[in-house]
Amino acid sequence: MSAVLSIARTEWRRIFLSPLAWAVLAVVQFIVGFVFINLLLQYAAAAGSDESMGVSDYIGGSLYGFATILLLLVMPLMTMRLFAEERKNGSITLLFSAPVSLTEIVLGKFLGVLGFIAAVIVLLALMPLSLAGATHLDWGRIAAGLTGLFLLMMSFASAGLFVSSCTREPTIAAVMSFGLLLVIWLINILAFNDSVPFKELFGYLSLIDHFESLRRGVFNSADVIYYLLFSGLFLSLTVLRLDIERA
Amino acid sequence: MASEVLIQARGLTRRYGPTVAVENLDLTLRQGEILGLLGPNGAGKSTTMKMLTGNLAPSGGEIEIKGISLRENPKAAKRHLGYLPEQPPVYPELTVDEYLRFCAGLHGLPAGEIGAALDSAKRDCGLTEVGGRLIGNLSKGYQQRVGIAQAILHRPPVVILDEPTVGLDPIQIREIRTLIAELGKTYSVIVSSHILPEIQAVCGRVMIIARGRVVYHENLSALQDQAAQIIAEFRRTPDIAELGAVLGVAAVEGMGENRYRFTPTTEVDPRESIVEASVRNGWGLIELHAQNRSLEEIFVELTSADLRSAA
Repeated sequence: MSAVLSIARTEWRRIFLSPLAWAVLAVVQFIVGFVFINLLLQYAAAAGSDESMGVSDYIGGSLYGFATILLLLVMPLMTMRLFAEERKNGSITLLFSAPVSLTEIVLGKFLGVLGFIAAVIVLLALMPLSLAGATHLDWGRIAAGLTGLFLLMMSFASAGLFVSSCTREPTIAAVMSFGLLLVIWLINILAFNDSVPFKELFGYLSLIDHFESLRRGVFNSADVIYYLLFSGLFLSLTVLRLDIERA
Repeated sequence: MASEVLIQARGLTRRYGPTVAVENLDLTLRQGEILGLLGPNGAGKSTTMKMLTGNLAPSGGEIEIKGISLRENPKAAKRHLGYLPEQPPVYPELTVDEYLRFCAGLHGLPAGEIGAALDSAKRDCGLTEVGGRLIGNLSKGYQQRVGIAQAILHRPPVVILDEPTVGLDPIQIREIRTLIAELGKTYSVIVSSHILPEIQAVCGRVMIIARGRVVYHENLSALQDQAAQIIAEFRRTPDIAELGAVLGVAAVEGMGENRYRFTPTTEVDPRESIVEASVRNGWGLIELHAQNRSLEEIFVELTSADLRSAA
């Protein structure tokens, strides 16, 4: 277990030593902040016209809903290096010849990325927090939205980790994991096509459909389990992929 | 010879598709030995080392490290290993101290011992001065040293170094060589190289690999005892047929000006008989000496013969 933490700590540190992480955080914060201010202006302009829409709906619903698309674009950039770069510069040998199992290596890397994801969540939480003094917020609603974003990013990270373990070129890993995530995201369009058999199944498999209820503030354990299973699946695929590499 | 066997590999085979990289290789490493793995490029040295360190699964055969099977219990077996691959496995964005601390964590060193382990590994590899510097800013030689420090940090009984002096300047090569000799006093070391003097300088035992097979395996001290060829010079021209008939001579050839080169049979040293024959026949022996075969001769003979047969 200490090996997992050791790998996670170093991975987290290496992520934040690279300018990439800071650039990604800055861009995400800037764009989300821009949308945030825009939504506030909209809300202020339409104040009182719709009693059913509060400021928490704007943030929890619209802002975090928009953030999913942005995170879909940037998460592949954060996961592309995880294994691809290590393979490219040979440092993966260090992990392979150390007395740690492949599962520990994969979990360590994954935890390291979760550290980065936590930083994104904190930054996204700052925006509603800035309103806390001025208005009454529905914290449960915002917490559900943030939980949803965390789970969604965790799934992005696990799929990205797997793709990164398949190649030695970080850029290829980025493109492929973006493609993979987008396909799993868009698979729900099949659910609207009546000629497709088992169409509900495709809707259920889609990454974004499970975010929908969390975005609306409904914490449904089935959705949480979906994201956990999704991540677990890709993490175990990564372990298998690395095992094949030695054979 | 009673010392403990640390690595025991039997019938090691590795195939990459139809290509056989290593075939039926046996290897034993005992406590306190420095074993040199020699071979031309592409002979299978690195593949062998990757298999010994669990980076590559063998297609056949068994590896035991300190009696623990690498296949059945890899975590326990790898605990006794330190490995420097061809390319030092370092993270350029970390400092030397951060990196070594991470390696210590990977090998599960208790937190209280990490500081002392770091200090002694850095001292052994001459890294004390550069502990706070980024690995990416260090020269190739220093990066190589960081790689070696990483391999000995957790004081493993077995250290495996794959071409540790590649890409270094002559002074650095000498330093690394001294370091390896130093390591050999405390650890058992396997070094691979295609640079012969390097192996001759530090190793107690050599194994030459060509095309994935062991073609030579001997202690270097045995190499010095073994008189490969005998050179003799006479004042008068002897009868070459009579020379060939001397006890212990397998073959003889003239080198001009009454100098002859004898190839002895494996059982008997013919020098004594050559002197007797010279006295008996009045050839007037004026020079007689044994010429030891150098590692280089053996290497060229074994590996080039192999290439010829393959061609």
